[in-house]
Formats: sequence, structure tokens, C-alpha cells
Amino acid sequence: MMALQAVALLVVAVGAWATVAARDPVRQAVVVSLYGLTLGILFFAFQAPDVALSNIVIGAVAMPTMILLAIAKTRD
Amino acid sequence: MAAQAPPPRRPGEISYAARRRLFLIGAAGLGALLLWGLAGLPDYRDFTPLLGQVMNSVTVQERSSTAVVSAINFDYRAFDTLGEEFILFAAVLVLALLLRRLESERPGPTTASPRRAHTTSAAVRLAATAMVGPTVLLAVYVTMHGHLTPGGGFQGGVIAATALLLVYLASDYERMRRLRPRALVETAKAGGALGFVLLGLGGLIFAGAFLENFLPLGEPGELVAAGTIPLLSLAVGIEVSGGFVLLLSEFLTQLLVIRREQEPEA
Repeated sequence: MMALQAVALLVVAVGAWATVAARDPVRQAVVVSLYGLTLGILFFAFQAPDVALSNIVIGAVAMPTMILLAIAKTRD
Repeated sequence: MAAQAPPPRRPGEISYAARRRLFLIGAAGLGALLLWGLAGLPDYRDFTPLLGQVMNSVTVQERSSTAVVSAINFDYRAFDTLGEEFILFAAVLVLALLLRRLESERPGPTTASPRRAHTTSAAVRLAATAMVGPTVLLAVYVTMHGHLTPGGGFQGGVIAATALLLVYLASDYERMRRLRPRALVETAKAGGALGFVLLGLGGLIFAGAFLENFLPLGEPGELVAAGTIPLLSLAVGIEVSGGFVLLLSEFLTQLLVIRREQEPEA
């Protein structure tokens, strides 16, 4: 369990850095989606499955979709 | 990454180097405060808050709900959830207002222009088609098992809304639009919010307090159990799915249909 938590924390830290490091907004939307998924795994590893589910549906699906749609509109 | 060249300075403006120094002082202070705060936190492995222990030991007996988080969300502090529902309700309402068609915009042809016609690959369309059914089923499962396992109306509602996104991926805007009659979506969104309030009023009438559990509790672990918890979860699920469908379709309409009048025909 400890190992899983350590790995999850590490992956989330890398994911957060990758989100900031991706400079193109479209790439950033995809990276932030993956980051939301890893954050969900982190919450799950820390025994909060409800929060994990919420974060996966919002952070990995809803928010990146809205970012992508907004970017597409500005480039129209 | 290389530091950017300092922008030309206006008279009276602080220099780039000075601004950076100010930022570094602030960041160091914030970092020190954060570290100080973190150092004072109890070790999460031994941290057993009293309230958590109480909730874990009484919820199953008191509410016949095996999911403590759902019992808290939809029963013990359901009033908070009511507030959260109306935050989402108001947010979606304002977004629909912001994304409305302005006088200087007009609805354009959706599929006439080759640029707007979908160029999605057959593989994506096939995968999306195959996933629509399971996604709807998962949404119903997560919503209706809120009082048994992790999950509940909010998560289920968003999953249900993503099914519509899959329909859009699998076909096109016109087909997706036909699948979500606006009146039905808006009724679902408003009806879910209303249902939550009505269940709360039911508690006031039959049990003496707003949002008090007033239905038979049944056996822990059964699908029909925990009194009003699954019903409140369902109300939230309906409201959230309606809200997110509205949100996604407002964005898609803004993106695919609405054109500025002065824009030359593509």
C-alpha cells in the first residue's frame, strides 16, 4: 500500500509538471486529462474512492472536453 | 527554459529584476509557511479522526447504507449537497446565458461546409458507438448504487452526459441534437433540483426536519434500502446529467453552428 501511494504521488508530481511544461493549449488539455486520471488513482490509493470517481469524471473527462471546445471556438 | 527578455519599461514601472526579486521573496515566504504548516500535520497513517470513527460505526445501523460517504452527502449533511446542487444549477444557467446566440451572430449550416463535416476515423466512430450502451449502463449503476458502493448521483450524472459526447464522436452534431431534445434536457435539470427539494420537504412533513430520512430503511446491502438516500442520489443524477448535457451541447452549438455575421462564408 505504501509503495502504491509513493508511486501515485510521484506520478501526480510528474503529471503536474508535464501539464505546465506542455505549452500548446491543445496538448495541455490532453495532458491535463491524463493528470486528472493519475490524481484519481492517487485518491484511490489514499482510500478515497468517492473523490477518485468525482475527479476522474470531472478532471479527466469534463474539464479537458470544455477546454478543447473553447480552444476550437477561439481558433474558428 | 531560458528566461524571457525583459519587456521595455514604462516610466515609473518597477524593473524586471526587481519584480523577480519581489516574487522570489513572496514565494520563499509562502513556501516557508506551507512547510511549517505541513510539518504540523499528523501522520496520515495514524490519523484516526473521532468524527470519522463515529460515522463509520453508526452509519450502517442508523441508515442501512454501506457507503458512508453517500450517507453523509445525502443524509447527515444533505443540506450542504442541496447548496452544491444549486451552485451547479446556477453555473450551468449562467453558462447557457453567456453562450447564447448574439444579435451579431447567426446559425450557420452545420454540415454543408467541408471544414465542419466530421473527419473522424472509422475506428473512433466504431469504438464510440460500442461504448455508448455500456456508458449509459455504468451511469445508471453508479447512480443507483450510491448507498452501497462508492459513487452516487454526481458521478453517475457526469458519466451519463459523456454518453452524449460519445454519440457526437460516433456520428455528427445533427444526430446528437436530435437525441437530446432541449426541452427534455432542461426539464431533467430543473426536475432533478426540484426533486431534491421535494424530498427535503417530505422529511419536513413526515419526519419533522428538512431532508430528514422519512422512508423505511430496509436491510443494509439491498438495492432498495437506506430510505431517501438512493432517491436523493437519483435526483442529483438527473440534475447533473441534464446540466452537463446542456453544458456540452451549448459549447458544441457555439462551436459548430453559431457564426459571426461578418465572417466570410467558409
